[in-house]
Amino acid sequence: MENFELIILLLDATLRTSTPLILAALAGMFSERSGTINLALEGMMLGGAFSAAAVAFYAGNPWVGLLAAIATTIGLSLLHGFACITHKGNQVVSGMAINILMSGLTALVGIALFAQGGKTPALDKASRFQPITFPGAEAVKDVPIIGPIYFELLSGHNILVYIAFLAVPAAWWVMYRTRFGLRLRAVGENPGAVDTAGIGVVAMRYRAVVCSGILVGMSGAYLSTAQGASFLQDMTAGKGYIALAAMVFGKWRPFPTLAACLLFGFLDAAATRLQGVILPGIGEVPVQLVQALPYVLTVILLAGFIGRAIPPKALGRPYVKER
Amino acid sequence: MSDTMHQMHGTGETGAVQPAIELRGIDKRFGAVHANKEIDLKVEKGTIHGIVGENGAGKSTLMSILYGFYQADGGTIHVDGKLCDIKGSEDAIAVGIGMVHQHFMLVETFSVLENVILGVEGGAVLRDGVDRAREELERLEREYSLDIDPDAIVGDLSVGLQQRVEILKALYRGAEILILDEPTGVLTPQEADHLFRILETLKEQGKTVVLITHKLREIMAATDNVSVMRQGAMVAHRKTAETNPEELSEIMVGRKVLLHLEKGEANPAATVLKVDNLCVDNEQGVRKVKNVTFNVRAGEIVGIAGVSGNGQSELLEALGGIRSASEGSVELNGQDVTPGKGVDAAELRRRGVAHVPEDRHRMAMVTAFSAKEAAILGYEDDPAYQKGGLLDWQAISDATAKMMSEFDVRPDNPDLKAANFSGGNQQKLVLAREIMRDPELLLVGQPTRGVDIGAIEFIHKRIVAMRDTGKAVLLVSVELDEIMSLADRILVMCDGAIIGEVPAAQATERVLGLMMAGVDPSEAKAAEGQA
Repeated sequence: MENFELIILLLDATLRTSTPLILAALAGMFSERSGTINLALEGMMLGGAFSAAAVAFYAGNPWVGLLAAIATTIGLSLLHGFACITHKGNQVVSGMAINILMSGLTALVGIALFAQGGKTPALDKASRFQPITFPGAEAVKDVPIIGPIYFELLSGHNILVYIAFLAVPAAWWVMYRTRFGLRLRAVGENPGAVDTAGIGVVAMRYRAVVCSGILVGMSGAYLSTAQGASFLQDMTAGKGYIALAAMVFGKWRPFPTLAACLLFGFLDAAATRLQGVILPGIGEVPVQLVQALPYVLTVILLAGFIGRAIPPKALGRPYVKER
Repeated sequence: MSDTMHQMHGTGETGAVQPAIELRGIDKRFGAVHANKEIDLKVEKGTIHGIVGENGAGKSTLMSILYGFYQADGGTIHVDGKLCDIKGSEDAIAVGIGMVHQHFMLVETFSVLENVILGVEGGAVLRDGVDRAREELERLEREYSLDIDPDAIVGDLSVGLQQRVEILKALYRGAEILILDEPTGVLTPQEADHLFRILETLKEQGKTVVLITHKLREIMAATDNVSVMRQGAMVAHRKTAETNPEELSEIMVGRKVLLHLEKGEANPAATVLKVDNLCVDNEQGVRKVKNVTFNVRAGEIVGIAGVSGNGQSELLEALGGIRSASEGSVELNGQDVTPGKGVDAAELRRRGVAHVPEDRHRMAMVTAFSAKEAAILGYEDDPAYQKGGLLDWQAISDATAKMMSEFDVRPDNPDLKAANFSGGNQQKLVLAREIMRDPELLLVGQPTRGVDIGAIEFIHKRIVAMRDTGKAVLLVSVELDEIMSLADRILVMCDGAIIGEVPAAQATERVLGLMMAGVDPSEAKAAEGQA
């Protein structure tokens, strides 16, 4: 019974740690399926987190913060698009530039506005996304098995967690069942086919990076106004890259990407849970090792050990009409 | 087929009907290059109209302007007598123009149906349009006998079938005028014939077809009218029935050209290259060359024919020392030179193997280099090019100038950037670099790809001259005409294996074509007997 509770708590934590990864990985998927590498997820997430925390602090409302985060990340996406799509620049360089820029800029603006060493002031309850308790959750709380599952695992998360999990089937539907999705996938595979079909390649790719911006904005806002209560310098700690790795692991597809995010989230949650726990036969779990696991796994995955991931054919290649 | 042609060509003369396409004074420049000079063209409704010209004559540019891929600097386009302003593909589609590009514009991971509906999905949610699209597609397939499974993934289809998808795409968009840009480059002769039958069907249904090609044989076989382009200008219009290949090639090049290479009998001597049971794998570990055995003797040209992608490239690269052999052995003048075991490209060059790779820009030269740098690539450690441990630029310049005069490379400026030479002159420079080393064995892949007719004639003569001095030549080409006119013996590769050998004197396009498609040589010859 104790183990059961532990598992429930661990899974519960997994949902919370996976949420920003899911949103960012889906963001990466929209961008990359259209042919634009989005290494800037990390920096965009950071920018979104800062905007959300700062604006939510002034407005006293997390929704206004969320909108500010999304506006920021759409702006950064357009910047990335301007460099990569309009000016056919190197997509990796542009992405890294945005990451470095946002790492410095969020701290700089943070110090200028709040003078707390790059942090934003702690948000009060009203300025953060609060857990939503499902109807009847309190009532069934003590029912064995079902109670903890319903109360702990399913209920009691903030709205962004539910949005993230609903975003996966939604993204799948958009990607595979709509005209927009068909064209988006086509433009990442063979932009020439899209151009000759009478559809603008540039406009299509911009629409894709804007979708990417919206999703990654939510991911950033989640970090500072839902999971946390303020912006901390470099608080993303590589989550943008891990999301990207999850997307590659998920082969640029929504549901496998969700699975990869849950795996990474689980390892993250386990690292926290296992702190100081003494396991029979092993002794005290070296926390550093568990903490390092997602990163080690990322390297292994990206090295292509687990299946061959075939990226969109035109990924990373700006569209130039051939002579 | 030419009999039907005589009956058909009268249709163009019904004067009252407006031409399907009329171009007036189309002009286009790319920087310093004047790609299209005041082009006038009339294409009659319900005909197959050929546009022929050398590579770089401006055919593709002209068609890209018609399809809205580029904007003309001047001139007007009239479709069915109406002035059209074509700013993009969507405008061209709207006036009923469809295009089958040389490099297919298909999404390989999509199904046939998805490719066809891309851009004309019929609603924001796919499901609304898909059922109607499927019905329409099946109707088109029946009407034009274009058999294809709508749910097949395009990447899994053969190139011939992929081309049909391209045609279906155009028809689905209601194209009345179909432009095909070099459609037979990737097809076997049989697939090409099938394509021409499809085009005939389209014509019978009242469609207009514009066929762009540099192959005169196709013009003669399939078109009603033909227009010739040279150096960006439209230089002649003919009724196909009233012209012949000799006249057309003369107009294309601007001077008389020998279409048939004059060469004497081969006098093969000792075996130079002996390939025994050779197998080569690609980077993914897929076996591309399967147990290939043959030899090449001094004083003969052995040609390897096959549809592109059937292992010829990997074979040539292995023999050149760029790829390793997985099994089997290679001997050069009795010495083991099996690629991989300490034998690389540099070692083979030292032993007298010259290699002109298939892909000029990817493997044979660095286009950002000057001509003289390109001319010593691979031989830069030759003592003749060195002085005191540094490159001797004076000697290199002199050597390059000599290559240029010997091989008629124009302009003959060793300092000019390689990229600024035409394809033919780049190729001549590469050949000069390899042939003037006086090698024992010349490996040459696609020697005339992207090369104009005048230069083709020159390159062919030099390769034959090399044979006549008693050297061994192995030629890989996907151009059957080239193989048939150059080679003394022809090996046909299909799916990585040599399916058979045909002496050049007995080779016909039909037999080679059937063998290229994997038909057993004896059956291929039997089929030839029946025909």
